[in-house]
Amino acid sequence: MPAFLLLTLMTAIRILSRNRLRAGLTMLGIVIGVGAVIAMVSIGEGAKAAVQAQVASMGTNVIIVLPGSTTVSGVRGGQGGVVTLNVSDALEMKKRIPLLQDTGWAKRDVMQIVNGNKNWNGSVNGVSPSYLTIRDWSFTSGGPFTQADLDAAVRVALVGQTVVENLFDAGEEPVGSVIRIKNVPFRVIGVLAPKGQSAQGSDQDDIVFIPFSTAERKVFGTQFIGSVGALFATTERQEDLFAAVDQIREVLRARHRLQTEQGDDFTIRTQVDIGKVQEGTSQTLTVMLLSIAAVSLLVGGIGIMNILLVSVTERTREIGVRMAVGAKRRHILMQFLIEAMTLSVVGGTLGIVVGVVGARLTTVIAGWPTIISGDTVIAAFFFSLAVGLFFGLYPANKAARLNPIDALRYE
Amino acid sequence: MLMTSGNGQPVSLIQCQDLWKVYRLGDVEVQALRGLNLTIEQGEFVAIMGSSGSGKSTLMNMLGCLDQPSKGHYWLNGVDVAALRADELAEIRNRQIGFVFQSFNLIPRTSALENAQLPLFYRGLPLREQRTLAAAALERVGLKGREQHYPTQLSGGQQQRVAIARALVTTPSLLLADEPTGNLDTESSREIMTILDRLNKEEGITIILVTHEPDIAAYAAREIVIKDGQVLTDRHTKPEHPSSLVGR
Repeated sequence: MPAFLLLTLMTAIRILSRNRLRAGLTMLGIVIGVGAVIAMVSIGEGAKAAVQAQVASMGTNVIIVLPGSTTVSGVRGGQGGVVTLNVSDALEMKKRIPLLQDTGWAKRDVMQIVNGNKNWNGSVNGVSPSYLTIRDWSFTSGGPFTQADLDAAVRVALVGQTVVENLFDAGEEPVGSVIRIKNVPFRVIGVLAPKGQSAQGSDQDDIVFIPFSTAERKVFGTQFIGSVGALFATTERQEDLFAAVDQIREVLRARHRLQTEQGDDFTIRTQVDIGKVQEGTSQTLTVMLLSIAAVSLLVGGIGIMNILLVSVTERTREIGVRMAVGAKRRHILMQFLIEAMTLSVVGGTLGIVVGVVGARLTTVIAGWPTIISGDTVIAAFFFSLAVGLFFGLYPANKAARLNPIDALRYE
Repeated sequence: MLMTSGNGQPVSLIQCQDLWKVYRLGDVEVQALRGLNLTIEQGEFVAIMGSSGSGKSTLMNMLGCLDQPSKGHYWLNGVDVAALRADELAEIRNRQIGFVFQSFNLIPRTSALENAQLPLFYRGLPLREQRTLAAAALERVGLKGREQHYPTQLSGGQQQRVAIARALVTTPSLLLADEPTGNLDTESSREIMTILDRLNKEEGITIILVTHEPDIAAYAAREIVIKDGQVLTDRHTKPEHPSSLVGR
C-alpha cells in the first residue's frame, strides 16, 4: 500500500504539473485563504501580546479602587466627582483583609515641572512607597523613596522617561539634580524604567512621583487631608483577586457607613477586568478576519472541487482502463483524493509563505506587532489538507463509482 | 490439461449457462443477451463474430467481468461471476484477464513501461518487481528499448503491442481482444495477430477475439457467430486444435 500511495502521489504531481496554469489558478483560492489566515492570526496574536504586555505593565494582581459617584439630593456626582477615599481606607483594608499583600494610594495632578530653563507639563503623582512596588515600577538609575521619606514629607522626586526627555539634555544625569514643581524644589533620586502605553492608550512614562505627604502639604494644597485619587491593592495569588475585591467592598462600605439600599460610592477594578475589555476587542477583530479567511478557503475548496470534476470527466476513459486492469474503487478514489490534497497542500504551503511574508510586511510597513506561531502554521497546513480531502471527496467518489463499461466507451 | 472440479468433472475456463442481459434505454428494454450458452476451454483461440447489435460486445464485457448478467450463470475457472461484488470483479480482472481494445486505451502521457506496469501497480507489487515484469512483457511483444516512449511517440501497431504487454504482464489465463486490429493497417494487423497466435500456441493463453474481418478471424481455431443475443453458429475451423468440448 505505501508503494501505491507513493506512486499515486507521483502520478498526481505529474498530472498537475502538466497543466501548471490550471493547477495554479485552482490553488489560488487556497493560497489566499491560508495566507489570510496566517497573516490575520499573526496580527491578532501580535495585538493580543501587546495588550497583555500593557496589562502586565500595571503590575501583578492589581486591584484599583476609584472614588465613585455619589448621589446628593438627586444630583449624581459622576465618577470621581466626590472625594470618598482616603489614606485611612487603605490602611484599614490592609489591616482587615489578610488576602491583600499590600495597599497603596496615589493622587495626581497635571503641573508644570521646571529644570533650569526647560519646563514641561506632566502628571505629578503623590504616592505611597507601596504604590511603586504594587505597580511594579523599576528604575534605570537611582531608586525609590522610602516610608521614612513619606513620614518626613521629604522633597524627593522620581521621574519617568518622557519627563526626562523633555526636561534634561541628552546625556545629562537626572539623578541628583533639582527640579521645581509648582516652584517647590525637589531632588531627583530615581529615573523610572519605561513602561510604554497603558491599556487605555496613555503614556505611562509622562510621570513624576513624589511622596504622598509632600504632595499633599507642599504641592497640591489639598482641601481634605488624606483624600486620595485612587487606592491600589495587590494579592499574592491571582485566584484570590475576586475574593479580595468582595472583601474590599465590604470593608469600604462599612467604613463609609453605606446602608444596604445605597450603592457603592467607589468603583473597584481589577487588572483582569481591564485585560478582558482589551482582549475582547482584539478577539472581535480576529473572529471577523478569520471568517473572511474561512470564506476564501471555502471558495478555494470549491475551486478544487470544480477542477477535479472537470478532470474526472476528461479522464473518464482512463478511469475505465484503470478499472479494466484491476483498479478497485478505493484505488480510483485515492487517486483523485490525493490529487485534490496535493493541490490544496501545495496551495496551503504557498499560502503559509504568503501569510508569513504578509505579516512581516505588516510589521515593517504599518508597524503593527505580529507574532507568527508554529502552531498556526501547522494548523493552517493541516487545514488546507482537510480542505482538499473534503472538497476532493465528491469528485473522487464520482470517479470511483463510474461503471467500467460506460467509462471505457466514453468519448 | 483440464482442471477438474470436486466431483471429477472437468472444469472449463469459461462456462455460460442461459446468460441474459437486459438493459433499459429510457423506456425501451433492450435484450442484449437472450439465454446464451457457451463453453470455452483453457488454451482455445476463439473468434467471435456478429453484426453490430448482435450482443457480442455485451458478451465480451460479461466474459471480461466488466459486467454481470441479469440472469443466468457465468463460471470463470469454476467461479460464478454473477455472485461477485465490484471489488471482487476487479480482483479477477487484475489476476485472470487481460484486455486488448480496438483503440489501444493506453494512459496518455505515460511511458510504455508505466502503461505495462499498470495492472501490477493495482496488484500492489513492489515497484522494482513491477518494472522488471513490465520490461519483460514489453520485450515479449518486441518493444525492448521503447520502454520510456510515450504513446504519442509510438505507431499504432506499437501502441497496440504496449496494450498486449499490459494484458500479458499479469500472466492471465484469458486474453480478451475486442477488434484489436480495427484501427491498424494490414501490416500492423498481421504483426499483432502473429503475436496473439504465438501467445496462444507457445504459452497456452486462451484468446477470445472479436472481429468483423474474416481474415483476422481465420487466425482463430474456432469461430462463434452471435446473432440476437444467442450463439448462431459455433464451429472449429482448425480441427487439429486440442479442444474437445464444444459449447451448447
